[in-house]
Amino acid sequence: MTMPDVSEKWTGKINTLTLGATSASGGTRTGAVTIGGASTLPFLSFEGEVGNRPAIAVDVLDGPPEGWPAPLVKAYGDAFSSPAKWAKKAVGFGADLICLRLANAHPDGGNRSPQQCADTVKEVLGAVGVPLIVWGCGIDAKDNQIMPAVSSAARGENLLLGSAREKNYRTLVALGLADGHKLMAESPCDVNIAKQVNILCTDAGYPLENMVIFPTTGALGYGIEYVYSIQERGRLAGLGGDRLLAQPVLADVGAEAWRSKEARDPQFACVTDQTRPLWGVAWEAATATFLLQAGVELLVMRHPDAIAQVRAAIGRLMPAAK
Amino acid sequence: MALTGLDIYKKLPKTNCKECGLPTCLAFAMKVAAGQLMLDQCPKLSDSARGELSEASAPPQRLVKLGADGVAVEVGQETVLFRHEERFHHPAAVALTLSDSASVEVLRSACADFRKLQFPRVGTTIHPDMIALIHESGSPDKFVSAAELVCREAGVPMVLVSGDRAALLAAACGPLAGRRPLLYCRGDVSSDQLADLAEQSKSPICVAGDIASVAAAAEALIARGVKDILISPGPADTAAAMSFLTQARRAALKKKYRPLGFPVLAIAAGGDKFAAAMDACAYICKYAAVLITDAWEPHLLVPILTSRQNIYTDPQKPVQVEAKLYDVGEAVPASPLLVTTNFSLSYYSVEGEVEAARVPCRILAVNTEGTSVLTAWAADKFNPSTISAALKAAGAESKVSHHKIIIPGHVAVISAQLAEESGWQVLVGPREASGIGPYLKNEWRA
Repeated sequence: MTMPDVSEKWTGKINTLTLGATSASGGTRTGAVTIGGASTLPFLSFEGEVGNRPAIAVDVLDGPPEGWPAPLVKAYGDAFSSPAKWAKKAVGFGADLICLRLANAHPDGGNRSPQQCADTVKEVLGAVGVPLIVWGCGIDAKDNQIMPAVSSAARGENLLLGSAREKNYRTLVALGLADGHKLMAESPCDVNIAKQVNILCTDAGYPLENMVIFPTTGALGYGIEYVYSIQERGRLAGLGGDRLLAQPVLADVGAEAWRSKEARDPQFACVTDQTRPLWGVAWEAATATFLLQAGVELLVMRHPDAIAQVRAAIGRLMPAAK
Repeated sequence: MALTGLDIYKKLPKTNCKECGLPTCLAFAMKVAAGQLMLDQCPKLSDSARGELSEASAPPQRLVKLGADGVAVEVGQETVLFRHEERFHHPAAVALTLSDSASVEVLRSACADFRKLQFPRVGTTIHPDMIALIHESGSPDKFVSAAELVCREAGVPMVLVSGDRAALLAAACGPLAGRRPLLYCRGDVSSDQLADLAEQSKSPICVAGDIASVAAAAEALIARGVKDILISPGPADTAAAMSFLTQARRAALKKKYRPLGFPVLAIAAGGDKFAAAMDACAYICKYAAVLITDAWEPHLLVPILTSRQNIYTDPQKPVQVEAKLYDVGEAVPASPLLVTTNFSLSYYSVEGEVEAARVPCRILAVNTEGTSVLTAWAADKFNPSTISAALKAAGAESKVSHHKIIIPGHVAVISAQLAEESGWQVLVGPREASGIGPYLKNEWRA
């Protein structure tokens, strides 16, 4: 009884997408990052193209973070004093991209002006050569004020702008089209809403090939299995030929993993002062490794040791990939 | 080859007696054909029909029992490739490695350490299941005596790993007789030699190698009448192991290919322990049924065990806690009263933060059929009437002196109506569980 061929014949393929623009393509980045391109489930090189290696973006905030746990504070040291220093430190940790969060634009936070936000983006663009993801503060009305300034300040840099949602996508669609940026489409852990946001954006004239799906993220032990199955279902549909789910996927790993009790302050009796800082690193890296198996092209992370471990794991999972 | 549901139905009693738990014989037949139920669950099946059907209706992946009765773990008999299709049934057994070259004292203290690797998480305790004893001493006697010691001191099912068949047999028939250790024979070994080992030891056996040679060897073992088999990519590199795991699962479930219809053992040990632990998490997600790991350190082990806990959760059944009033710490009538839903993730997030804050509290878990705060609120299951009813049912009136209830910040909108319906003073708490500690310390006043 010879072994049957178990390869699947997928009709679809995950889109290839490039972030960042070098001077040759109208930007100032020293390199661009290309993700996607898989024609099979994650890492199954026996039946198809595994595509480009998943890229790792590293979080940078527009001001010193509040309430970040000790291992992260220790790793970044005084780099928190400015977004430029922070971004340089992150690139030193191996960031393929910087994920800049304009958290201080929040009306209840710093309530920074559109111009201040744009200046922060320019500061980071000036400090590092890697491509940028730029996230607003999460308050629609405020984001619709700051993102136009951010987008035009970075015109031609081919940013990934976050995030277009079911109830608020028109501003980002217009900015992406006008200034040459890619778009992150966010949906709350729901395949149908993920499709819906993509339909809304394309109806508004934005090309599907320029989008990234952000299905929201849960940390290991905190609902990760919901996200995992949503990603897996989306990926199966995308490979099955559904163009509305063939976009690369982003996972917000660092922010979620470092919220968990096990990462911040593990309560088990065996935890010692020596091992306590290791828990968060392991929790962040394991969250990333777990989600990679469901199909993720862009990981947003925080701790340098977790970043190094996940990069090494990706290397083992796809030794031949670009 | 595999039978259809109708083929099976024709041989059933067709009385629709429902004793199998399904409404009709046809429904039962369809489940058996899909590999989700065993033929033996029909109490009225005739012996002749059983004989005709048993071969073809065996589940596409065998259930294998490892270890002695009473402490055994069962692995395999999985029915789907993706957990959203149904669920993963038998959580992977996690086996921690020990070397037989360690001294008696080291082995003894490792067994004591093993018993302490118990971690309470969301209402259950997660822990490793087995010890994998690796023959590194070169001495068969040392291996056998180490197996005896570990078996006695740890009392859990074991994997015995050795390149020496005589040593495996001596351990399995000597100190571990009747305890059904999983035997993993390293190096070149013929399928006849493995079959002899399985027959003489009466223990489950693992076949390792590349997938084609594993299939050939397993087929030969099946022909010799060996039933309890595990298959393994062996100490393969990560990418090869991942491919093996998916190919074996697909061959078993989608092609009903018997030689690969066995649970898979994956090895994530040796080299950088952190890297091995990351590979372990990946193997757990993608179909490993037994995982051999050297992640003894809790910060590496708990992520692996949590990965397993998460991936084997039934996606069709929200994990719930009992809807009632819980005491956290030494709660007294003046302690704060927080309300959340009976979705376990919501409840344990709140409970965890309260514990960490070291402020004794009472938590009222409202029955929202296992949905989270916002989902339940949107579905009208977490509203002023359900919360008021839960307060009454729990007898909160007599247990809480201050008459104040703290609601999640996300549902601040219900506070006025809740106050009116319940007669309690409603305080709006933080939106996220992570804000509970600061809230209790800075804002709460009885």
